[in-house]
Amino acid sequence: METVLPYANLFLTGTAITLLVTLAVLPIGICLGLIGAAAKLSGDPVAMAYANVYTSVVRGLPELLVILVIFMGGQQAVNAVADLVGYEDHIDFDAFTAGVIALAFMFGAYATEIFRGAILAIPKGQTEAAHAFGMGGWLTFRRITLPQVWRLALPGLGNLTLVLMKDSALLSLIGLNEIIRVVGIAAQATKNATLFYFVGALMFLFLTFITMTIQKRLEIRANRGVARARG
Amino acid sequence: MQATTKDLLIRIVRLSFYALTALVVVALAWGLSSLNYGTIARHIGKVPGGALLTLELVTLSVILGFFVALPTAMMRLSPNPFLRYPAHTFIYFFRGTPLLIQIFFVYYGFAQTDLVRETFLWPVFKQAYWCALFTFVLNTGAYSAEILRGAIQAVPAGEIEAARAFGMSKWTAYRRVILPRAFRIAMPAYGNEIIFMLKGTALASTITLLDLIGVARTVIARTFKPIEFFLTVGIVYVVFTYIFLWGWNRIEKRVNNYLSQQS
Repeated sequence: METVLPYANLFLTGTAITLLVTLAVLPIGICLGLIGAAAKLSGDPVAMAYANVYTSVVRGLPELLVILVIFMGGQQAVNAVADLVGYEDHIDFDAFTAGVIALAFMFGAYATEIFRGAILAIPKGQTEAAHAFGMGGWLTFRRITLPQVWRLALPGLGNLTLVLMKDSALLSLIGLNEIIRVVGIAAQATKNATLFYFVGALMFLFLTFITMTIQKRLEIRANRGVARARG
Repeated sequence: MQATTKDLLIRIVRLSFYALTALVVVALAWGLSSLNYGTIARHIGKVPGGALLTLELVTLSVILGFFVALPTAMMRLSPNPFLRYPAHTFIYFFRGTPLLIQIFFVYYGFAQTDLVRETFLWPVFKQAYWCALFTFVLNTGAYSAEILRGAIQAVPAGEIEAARAFGMSKWTAYRRVILPRAFRIAMPAYGNEIIFMLKGTALASTITLLDLIGVARTVIARTFKPIEFFLTVGIVYVVFTYIFLWGWNRIEKRVNNYLSQQS
């Protein structure tokens, strides 16, 4: 305990950064997922091919590779494009930005499949009924489809969030001061790696536990209108 | 017929996809033409070695991990709390923490403790290779245990009752009926887990091993050409993934073939 306490501040910052990355990725990833699902369900060959390439490539590439490519290659690419359009200043591409882009890119691919499944799972009769009531397309989407997509996609999105939180650990390798990095710094300073990596693991378990609790709450709320069979 | 907004949305998405595609094609052509192929050609000889190590790590972890997973899954389903809780804790720990911290814990932490240093374990754990393999086996063991547990629970009760009615003991029923059926049910999820392991072995490069990513990182450190080499090993990973998926689907179809005759 005496060894760990002096580093409590550092750990809190690390945990905050892990959380911040997760919260930054979620909205971007969910938007990418919705766009991907729309493309896959559009019936348009080009859009479908595009979405299929996106999801299959992400499925086959290691997370670490995507992060390293976007961090190291992104710098190169952004500045090359900036040069091309005549922007002379050097654009800085820091670990946080690169990490959020990389993680959102991967989150979006898996979210695409989840949203696609959720949209397909909504009975067609409901949209037809909404049309029969005179609702327009947008109204139907907003009032009938979207609330149910949310309900059906929640378990999948919850799992993805847990995966995302664990993948954010990889950002320590491009120098972001998240949990693993700060724990590693403390481990080096005290020469007690076993203890500090264990503490780091516990912090992840704690974050996992909180995420699962929030997910359960949201699921109960999203399912409040649904009748359940009594078991 | 009235055009719904869903259609409208889809039309907007479609249009932007067309525009984006044109942009991507141009960008890709420009990007590919500006790559330094000379450097790739000079260093590509190191890629097969990395690929071999990656394949070796995946194969060994998945096979050894299976032998961790099966007993763990059965312990997890046991009515005995002394068997159930340890299995539960093991699974919860390995599924709840990142693989990276597990591998660091074993390599920088566990392998340096007196427990290891002073005993016969040291010759093994002083090598990064065995630390990585050890971590991967436990990690995939925990994930696979959950997959197998779900599959065992999904075996139709009627089949287990039929086995009991034939006078099979609990173990005979497990060996002849429940497990063979559970493996077939687990096939799709297990295939996914193997792909995750293939991607997970990339972390071996963080503890000095020269797998595909490790090779790419050493070459990049010397040539400063990140895009070229990450692209090269990225293609290898994607090719491995889809060759594996193709083979796995064939096996799955074969072992589950009898099911299609039911309906």
